[in-house]
Amino acid sequence: MTDTAQAPETTKADWTSDQEPRWCPGCGDYSILTAMQLMLPDMDSRPESTVFISGIGCAARFPYYMNTYGMHSIHGRAPAVASGLAIARPELDVWVIGGDGDMLSIGGNHLIHAMRRNINMTILLFNNQIYGLTKGQYSPTSEVGKVTKSTPMGSVDQPFNAVSVALGAEATFVARTHDMDRKHMQETFRRAHEHRGSALVEIFQNCNVFNDGAFAAITKKDKRDSMLIQLNHGEPIRFGADNEFGVTSNSQGNAEIVKVSDVGEAALIVHDENSENPSSAFALSRLASGPYEPTPVGVFRQVQRPEYSSAANQQIEVAKSQQGPGEIIDLLTSQPTWEVT
Amino acid sequence: MTDTISDSGARELSRIIIRFAGDSGDGMQLTGERFTSASAIFGNDLSTLPEFPAEIRAPQGTLAGVSAFQVQVSDHDITTPGDAPNVLIAMNPAALKKEISKLEIGGTVIVNQDTFEERNLAKAGYEENPLETGELSNYTLFKVPMTSMTKEVCKEIEGIKPREAERSKNFFALGLVSWLYQRPMEPTLDWIEKKFGKTPNVVQANNAAFKAGHAYGETTEAFDYSYEVKPAALDAGVYTNVNGNTALSWGLVAAGKLSELQVFLGSYPITPASDILHELAKHKNFGVATFQAEDEIAAVASAVGAAFGGALAVTTTSGPGVALKGEAIGLAINLELPLVVIDIQRGGPSTGLPTKTEASDLLMAMYGRHGEAPMPVIAPYSPGYCFHAAIEAARIALKYRTPVMLLSDGYLANGSEPWKLPDVDSLPDITTVFTTEANHVDEDGNEHFWPYKRDPETLARAWAVPGTPGLMHRIGGIEKEDGTGNISYDPLNHQRMTDIRQDKVANIAADIPPTWVEGDLDADVLLVGWGSTWGAITSAAKQIREAGHKIAHAHLIHINPFPRDLGEVLSRYKTVICPEMNMGQLSKLLRAEFLVDVKSVNKVQGQPFMTTELFDVILEELT
Repeated sequence: MTDTAQAPETTKADWTSDQEPRWCPGCGDYSILTAMQLMLPDMDSRPESTVFISGIGCAARFPYYMNTYGMHSIHGRAPAVASGLAIARPELDVWVIGGDGDMLSIGGNHLIHAMRRNINMTILLFNNQIYGLTKGQYSPTSEVGKVTKSTPMGSVDQPFNAVSVALGAEATFVARTHDMDRKHMQETFRRAHEHRGSALVEIFQNCNVFNDGAFAAITKKDKRDSMLIQLNHGEPIRFGADNEFGVTSNSQGNAEIVKVSDVGEAALIVHDENSENPSSAFALSRLASGPYEPTPVGVFRQVQRPEYSSAANQQIEVAKSQQGPGEIIDLLTSQPTWEVT
Repeated sequence: MTDTISDSGARELSRIIIRFAGDSGDGMQLTGERFTSASAIFGNDLSTLPEFPAEIRAPQGTLAGVSAFQVQVSDHDITTPGDAPNVLIAMNPAALKKEISKLEIGGTVIVNQDTFEERNLAKAGYEENPLETGELSNYTLFKVPMTSMTKEVCKEIEGIKPREAERSKNFFALGLVSWLYQRPMEPTLDWIEKKFGKTPNVVQANNAAFKAGHAYGETTEAFDYSYEVKPAALDAGVYTNVNGNTALSWGLVAAGKLSELQVFLGSYPITPASDILHELAKHKNFGVATFQAEDEIAAVASAVGAAFGGALAVTTTSGPGVALKGEAIGLAINLELPLVVIDIQRGGPSTGLPTKTEASDLLMAMYGRHGEAPMPVIAPYSPGYCFHAAIEAARIALKYRTPVMLLSDGYLANGSEPWKLPDVDSLPDITTVFTTEANHVDEDGNEHFWPYKRDPETLARAWAVPGTPGLMHRIGGIEKEDGTGNISYDPLNHQRMTDIRQDKVANIAADIPPTWVEGDLDADVLLVGWGSTWGAITSAAKQIREAGHKIAHAHLIHINPFPRDLGEVLSRYKTVICPEMNMGQLSKLLRAEFLVDVKSVNKVQGQPFMTTELFDVILEELT
């Protein structure tokens, strides 16, 4: 391939590699890839300064299809690999790609620690509630009772809610989108990418082979108005075909769906994604117990906190200015020495 | 030992082995280190063996809580901390009970008499006071009330209560031993000032205790003589006293300078490797980035990420950590990225003996990964050489785009020796060149970047880092086509890539020195060692020669690949003996590779070989 992205403006073609995607026909991953390749030309990004790091799973093939730098690493470790890269090279745009098994099961530890450290990386979590690459075992986001090859009598595990996990892990940016709405994905990716620090985007993604229709009850075109609750910063949270529903905070501090006509608009939660206290965002993340109830999408939380690599590199700069750039001889003579003649 | 009287009236000794022992809270490691440091500055050759329990603070006064520090100080070149100590300083009954059997018969015991009371005796398991039963009659015993005298001299110091004063008793012991062996006082007094300067009354207390111990030796008639060990006739040069972990850390920082790359350390705390993380974290002014990861896997994975970004990437750990890092090391082998993996070996398996030394990770370093996953393995042989080994590991990693395993151990890590500072200008140039332009032209004349296009000589692949315009590429753990780096499941390509990865490591043999052999090249018996056994093997070989026999000693620094002439070297001797701190791992490799009937000598007791142990085994083989 020849990389010809020298002009300041890029197009979708500049971000598309010569490798043919090899996901199953109809997989939600295709629309996520397209959204990314359409979104990046609008950003102040360059292919040579962009790196996609993935773990293992269907989603993890993503970097091969992007005409950027990329690494398809090992299962679960993408956030850790990306951490090292982002610390060593803070000027790069680092994206992390993985599925629900990759990020929340085998790699759960790395995901939470990357988020709490606030290392500059944009993490896309493709959640299809199933293990696809290994052909259909239940995942840490599968619902209780899920019948799969490894759970013929139904799963007995309580699933993770990815947004709740991220909020609990001190993430500074947490959002959710879905693979049926390219525009929404593009907008969410853009917001996440513009955030300095760790940004987590959960993408509801359909696996049409092993878990087809897992999100259909909320993401099908005719269901979205009544089942997806769009979070808009500074606005009262309303949804429904005629915006007839809203979300309030009840006396226990839990989010609750109400009819606006019953309570009046003034009683609704005004979404504040910049709230330092994550309680309200967490309450919203608990609103739906699964993708069969009205579910919030959009940006749950965006707050500013010092970014890790900037803080770490600042210490290096301070050390350099206080001690001067080191020389090997200074190191060797940093403890008492004596001379033998 | 010679026994002449010097100008100062002190009796001269050629060498002395002192063992400081006390409760974990008594500061014995610090006392030993200070004695060592003063001796180093005085110009002696020396070698140390710190031994401490894995528990931070085992119950006070118990055998489990005994911490000891042994040092051999000499007026000539030595390579070990010595076998049996000549002097034991026992700060409590437990220390006496645990350590007395190590002392040479006729040796000197100095005890802190104040601690030999009912409670402490009971905790140590003594039914009667051993200072009074006569059971120490084979030794020269000195009973010194260290605690009470320390309290007495600190009485007048403002803000120091008697309980706090008691903490300075190790400085009393240090003062006494410093007098007994005529160590200079200034280095210790300077150190106290530097270390405790922020709390002036602690400086006062420690100084007072140290001087009181010194004065006690000088003025009481308990000690007939003091002794002196003259400076050793070491090669001319500037020296410092350094332990293996510090030297290794300096080597990594130096490798960053020599390669002109940022050093990135991804690490997770583990004994006995953590001190490397601590030391590197101090040298941020060199641009060194240290990342304390959430676990061992993240530590190595972050280093792989940093290597992809063009850093000199390092991960440090001990055996259990290497086990966890195996998959990510395999990734680095497949990605063909430079990575230095440092294993400070300790007793295993599992948690094993965290604070005790062993060298039983060699086969894991060689083969402890799934698939055909060869990687170079190198092993330093002395604390000071850890500096050079770190640079050598970085050199190979960068030049051949491969992870390299550096196997040190707890004994090298914590043991110290006077180390002659190298000439900085003589250190190797290990700069590497990133690819910045297309490196392949296709049939139609189009230019491409092929990430797996190789240097025909080293087989190293092209290394282009993110940020380089036009060279965007993707790499991964899936098998890839040679040249283009595109995913390939082609059977013959996998064979070809496996062969290349194997050949690349094997070819490094052309880039390393021939086998290092010392001693009598016409001997019938060859000792083969690797790692920290160098000191004991060298010392034993010397004694064998002094006993009138011929013996040769080969010590391996590069274990994968072996030096090219190793097979030929082994074939020259009738008998090959391989002493190892494991159950025979190098012996297995030598037998498999060279079909040599290696006699394996093994020790896995958490302690290095003693010279006499090896001497006896070798002598038996010779006679």
